[in-house]
Amino acid sequence: MHAQAIALSVQDLSKKYDSRFAVSHANFEVPLGSICGFVGPNGAGKTTTIRMLLGLISPTGGTGQILGHSISDPDEYLKHVGAMIEGPAFYPALSGAENLHVLATLGGFSHERVAQVLATVGLADRAQSKFKTYSLGMKQRLGIAAALLPDPKILILDEPTNGLDPEGIQEIRDLLRGLADKGTTVFVSSHLLSELEIISDYIVMLRKGEVVFAGPIQQLFEAQQPFMLVRTENASDLEKIVAIAVADGHKAHIQSGVAHIEGPADWAGTLNKKAFEAGIVLTQLSPQLPNLEETFFEMTGDKK
Amino acid sequence: MIRVVRAEWRKLRRPTLFLGTIGVTGLLISLFTWLLFKSTEPGQRSRDPENAISPEMFQTTSGAVFTLAQTTYFIGTIAYSVFAAQTSQEYTYGTIRNLLLRQPGRLKLLLGKLIAMKLFAMIMVGIGALIAIGLSVFYAPQYDIDTTLWFGDEGLKEIVNTLFNVSISVFGFGILGMIMGILLRSAITTLALGLIWLMVVEGLLLQLARPSILAWTPGSQLQVVGSGGTFEYSYSHGLIVSGMYICGGAILAATLFSRRDVAN
Repeated sequence: MHAQAIALSVQDLSKKYDSRFAVSHANFEVPLGSICGFVGPNGAGKTTTIRMLLGLISPTGGTGQILGHSISDPDEYLKHVGAMIEGPAFYPALSGAENLHVLATLGGFSHERVAQVLATVGLADRAQSKFKTYSLGMKQRLGIAAALLPDPKILILDEPTNGLDPEGIQEIRDLLRGLADKGTTVFVSSHLLSELEIISDYIVMLRKGEVVFAGPIQQLFEAQQPFMLVRTENASDLEKIVAIAVADGHKAHIQSGVAHIEGPADWAGTLNKKAFEAGIVLTQLSPQLPNLEETFFEMTGDKK
Repeated sequence: MIRVVRAEWRKLRRPTLFLGTIGVTGLLISLFTWLLFKSTEPGQRSRDPENAISPEMFQTTSGAVFTLAQTTYFIGTIAYSVFAAQTSQEYTYGTIRNLLLRQPGRLKLLLGKLIAMKLFAMIMVGIGALIAIGLSVFYAPQYDIDTTLWFGDEGLKEIVNTLFNVSISVFGFGILGMIMGILLRSAITTLALGLIWLMVVEGLLLQLARPSILAWTPGSQLQVVGSGGTFEYSYSHGLIVSGMYICGGAILAATLFSRRDVAN
């Protein structure tokens, strides 16, 4: 990967609390202009990693660079970074707009930007309401608005869709995609793997403080075994289908009345033909690629 | 730095905080001014002759600001509360993360907040002084107190000196609040501990007549500074003792703030 195309990278980044590694020797790179999903279960070290990237906590070991600057010099890059970490945090007695004006003043951003970002996240009509009167979804939107204030080159969001309804999630998804299309690098953590699967170009997968995968999302899926789901008119024929698959060298099993057969999509035709010859009527034959959630569990060895 | 001051000021100027604090300060000063004038009446003085407030105390060149100096401790306690709450609530609300993202220079952030809060305290002391002087002028004739010396050259000098001393003292209380806020990172704990110490512990020590201990407690010595010195303790003693608390605490707080992980 070309050096200038990297927005964010870490090398052997670690954070240790007492004898426990919250993040252990993490290595990954995030290309400029991509949407990078940061995946991991609760306690995997996602937030700790983000805190280190933002200069809020010091690494125990290792290094990192954001926009070419070391993470030990947050002064150098934070003016180009927007972030929301650990949920939206604002002054309850101030209005949404006033909260953003405080941050705009502190960061030296134009105050016109406050109205722009409030409109972007759909909060323009509640801008003058006190933060304490906001719903969880509105608070989340204000957090995203605050992150957008600097017109960031890198946007780092920790669980941005928490508390949002499906429509809100869709809006945030479109917003992030739009920002990435304009060249903003988006680094977004979420436990909603299906969300990240839809929007991410790049995935960093963390488990118990260790990076288990970092790379383009397609590369992640290509490394996984494709499979197909098969249903038959007579449930008793499923055993015969499994036998045909195994005879052809494919792993297969029956789960909840459906045969799961590992194999490439182009083998589906062969299976269909063999089932027909055996007098089996198929009611479903659908080649599948593993989704992010299945891949995650596959790679981490965790059970669903 | 200027940006930090302006951002902090946006929070401090909100009506509930600004007008509420000024209102409480004004009410306290009004109450104490009335009580102090009231205590010059012969019947009141006889109750505690040793610490009695006499009309002669008001008739000096510092008479116009006598009540202001006497209420330093209470104005200081309000300043402690404001500085402590404004600092520790950044941790309670989690807003410290936002602030550090927009101003990663931690000492700059700390200093900017301090300057803004000092500005707030200056306004508080300024308005308090106007109320104290205004009410003193109003009450003086009612208690047969001669105000001839109050606004002469020496009197004006005393007003400036007292304002300066009260301001230093109130800043001192405020800085102690800020230090406690950084150390404890919880608004409730910071306010509870500080107020218990200032209003209860030092008050009890005073009631138990333990001047040897009060010579080394921060609240009483900041009051000494605000009063320009007392019979028991000199101005310089008050400055040195309270200065030691403030400098020691400030170094500790600044070191912790600049190095400590912001993880909550």
